[in-house]
Amino acid sequence: MIKKKSLAAPYLVWMVIFMVVPLLIVIGYALTDKSGAFTLSNLTTIGRYSSVFARSLILAAEATVICLILAFPLGYFLSRLRSSKQHTMLMLIMLPMWMNFLLRTYAWMSLLENNGLINKFLGLFGIGPFNMINTSGAVVLGMVYNYLPYMILPLYTAMTKIEDSVIEAAQDLGASSWGTLTKVLIPMASPGIATGITMVFVPSVSTFIISRMLGGGSNLLIGDLIELQFLGNSYNFNLGAAMSLVLMVIVLLCMSFTNTFDEEGLEGGAM
Amino acid sequence: MENNVIVSLKDIVVDFDGARILDGLSLDIHDKEFVTFLGPSGCGKTTTLRVIAGFIEPKSGNIFFDGKDIAGLPPYKRQVNTVFQKYALFPHLNVFENVAFGLRLKKLPENEIRSKVLEMLEVVGLKGYERRNIATMSGGQQQRVAIARGLVNQPKILLLDEPLGALDLKLRKEMQLELKRLQREMNITFVYVTHDQEEALTMSDTVVVMNEGNIQQIGSPEDIYNEPKNAFVADFIGASNILDGIMIRDFLVEFAGKEFSCVDKGFKPNTPVQVVVRPEDVKVVPMVQGQIAGLVKEVIFKGVHFEMRVDVEGREWLIHSTQASQPGELIGMCIGPDEIHIMERQEG
Repeated sequence: MIKKKSLAAPYLVWMVIFMVVPLLIVIGYALTDKSGAFTLSNLTTIGRYSSVFARSLILAAEATVICLILAFPLGYFLSRLRSSKQHTMLMLIMLPMWMNFLLRTYAWMSLLENNGLINKFLGLFGIGPFNMINTSGAVVLGMVYNYLPYMILPLYTAMTKIEDSVIEAAQDLGASSWGTLTKVLIPMASPGIATGITMVFVPSVSTFIISRMLGGGSNLLIGDLIELQFLGNSYNFNLGAAMSLVLMVIVLLCMSFTNTFDEEGLEGGAM
Repeated sequence: MENNVIVSLKDIVVDFDGARILDGLSLDIHDKEFVTFLGPSGCGKTTTLRVIAGFIEPKSGNIFFDGKDIAGLPPYKRQVNTVFQKYALFPHLNVFENVAFGLRLKKLPENEIRSKVLEMLEVVGLKGYERRNIATMSGGQQQRVAIARGLVNQPKILLLDEPLGALDLKLRKEMQLELKRLQREMNITFVYVTHDQEEALTMSDTVVVMNEGNIQQIGSPEDIYNEPKNAFVADFIGASNILDGIMIRDFLVEFAGKEFSCVDKGFKPNTPVQVVVRPEDVKVVPMVQGQIAGLVKEVIFKGVHFEMRVDVEGREWLIHSTQASQPGELIGMCIGPDEIHIMERQEG
């Protein structure tokens, strides 16, 4: 037998060159000042931006919850269709993703603008205009719109593994629809739920395009803040690196949280 | 053993995708009986079970449970529990929690749940397995969990949908006896679905033979085996010789070109009938002593007996005999009056 470990070697090299080394550089920047001397002041000054961090986390959490609420019933519905229909429906769900991300977000801009399509349409009936663009709601909408398929797919995949007879067994044993949902469907779909949460939350919390285009200046997110440090007026690599580091830790914490939730769901059965 | 009727189906019609699955089925199931629905796949036996469980709403007809019409009552409100074909256990719960599922929904106190579950696990022979993960258990063990999960709720009826289909032969035989024991011990009604005639005959108090959405015959295993009502039942219950004959008068029937005395009566003279002769009921004798003669075409050793195909006047008979004959040999055959079963001839 060839050592199977050797098969991972190319990726390992890739990892070291393009992930581990850059990460070390980021850490290096985060812990030094402009002259290159060691300092913790980058990390301590982040406290000033806690409102931005909080806003990012809250908006990303809102988007994740909305995605979950939309995707869960849909995933169940899809998983109960006949397999030929399932493929068609999945294609339709993926369809918007074939369009460029920027273009999609621009489209929302022109829809939500004060003299955009929606307000013009409502204006025909004498309603509005509403201020929709440059609000936190618009940012959440953009997140949900762009990342919803990443919630649907893992949920759908997890639910295809739940056989009809298991759901029938729950009803047979006295579970109402609510009981079947909470005691069987959600626990059994929990691997998909955990994956979906990670796949929506992580890009949402670090996005800067959506917030800049739909959120205006008042809805700055961590992503925007980091971008400013590297490309914008602030221009402070060291602070930007520190922010990235803190964001990474937050994301890791969130992921480990969803993973423990996932494992509990799988093994369950605490007596 | 005439107990009260616990479930009564009246003119149940079920259509699925434009095809008629149950065609006006009516049936009474008595309390504390072991009832088996027997038939080939697609005969509607599982559908009937699902109508009782509440998973299928019939297009028309009534279903009474303890005298009350339960049409439209959802499954979770019915006093029946089901053991599914592929067990359908909850993979995210361990053995204990699987069995406790129904009791927890009833919000019983924790100590009561615990004692009931442990007691039931002991009954099905799974004591000590409480904390086991479902995925680590064999098919037979999983089936025991599924049975315990149903029985622990003390349903009036336990419905079993081909529960032994996935098990190997030896385990299946063991479980057949075990299910029969459980049914007697728990003293409740079992409704069992199978396509395996031997299984049906082994376990049941009453066998319901079904075909194409209709009931062909209801009776005790002995009745069904010995007095099949029609050619379908005779054929399905066991390989049989089904021959066209004429009932000449009471106690005398003609088939295979000979007259035989029999125990049947009540037909009009010279009524065309069908005659069933079981393969094991044909006695092989030297040719001169036989009522009819046949030419042995094929002999297969089957363990307890030899299976022979014998040509009798151009028609092939199936005969089980403990003594081997040789292919090409001419043999005599005797059939006693008790071994001849007369059925009305069905056209088509």
